[in-house]
Amino acid sequence: MKKNFLYVIQSTSFDGIRIQEALDEIMTVAAFDQPVSLLFLDEGVYSLKRGQNPEILNLKNVVPIFDALEMYEIKLLYIEDESLKIRGLSTGDLILPVIPVSRSEIGGLLENFDVVLTG
Amino acid sequence: MMMIKFAIKISGSPYHSQASDTGYHFIAAALRKGYGIYRVFFYGDGIYNALRYASPPTDEREIVKRWSLLAQEFDLDLVVCVSAAQRRGLLGEEENKLLGGRESDLAEGFRISGLGQWVEAMLEADRVLVFSG
Repeated sequence: MKKNFLYVIQSTSFDGIRIQEALDEIMTVAAFDQPVSLLFLDEGVYSLKRGQNPEILNLKNVVPIFDALEMYEIKLLYIEDESLKIRGLSTGDLILPVIPVSRSEIGGLLENFDVVLTG
Repeated sequence: MMMIKFAIKISGSPYHSQASDTGYHFIAAALRKGYGIYRVFFYGDGIYNALRYASPPTDEREIVKRWSLLAQEFDLDLVVCVSAAQRRGLLGEEENKLLGGRESDLAEGFRISGLGQWVEAMLEADRVLVFSG
């Protein structure tokens, strides 16, 4: 049985351990050999920003986990263009290659997935 | 006609979000209408729904107890994520034994297991719903 999963990431790396627990779940889904993609929306775009130092706040650095996603065959990372621009960011500020999607295209994107979840 | 089955994740805090209230009422209504609930998975701050020793004032809804009663009435599978629970200090019977503590922090009708149980539920169910906070 296979389903196509999309996880929507809307929080930053500094919002408690939301991202950490979301990534644990995402990697478990991938470990069950299911196709998983991610969509970064709203504040979630910050979680991929370069130059974060969460260790200063005793928080776990999730960058190595994001880096490891490729080993789990999680390769399709979508990001909402408007969420990036409104925060003064561009794809060049991010730690991983992402596919920008405009807000008007998000509805169409969601139709490609069997299960759409938040973390 | 076969009624559809849901897999449901509750990941919001029961007292600082609507996740537990909305999730509970949705599940109770679905069961009473004859829909199937394959599993309810408690993740993140949702694990606070399973605290055996929660003792709210008598004029408040009993968040933990109503899950236990629903589980009993409908043979509902309520699963608490082991890693989310341990990190927050909720330990099942086995973990508590190792630490020499009380028997279990889990209320009646809940069981502790891993994220794999959630993935399996999502694959088996017809619909997946998340109540987050």
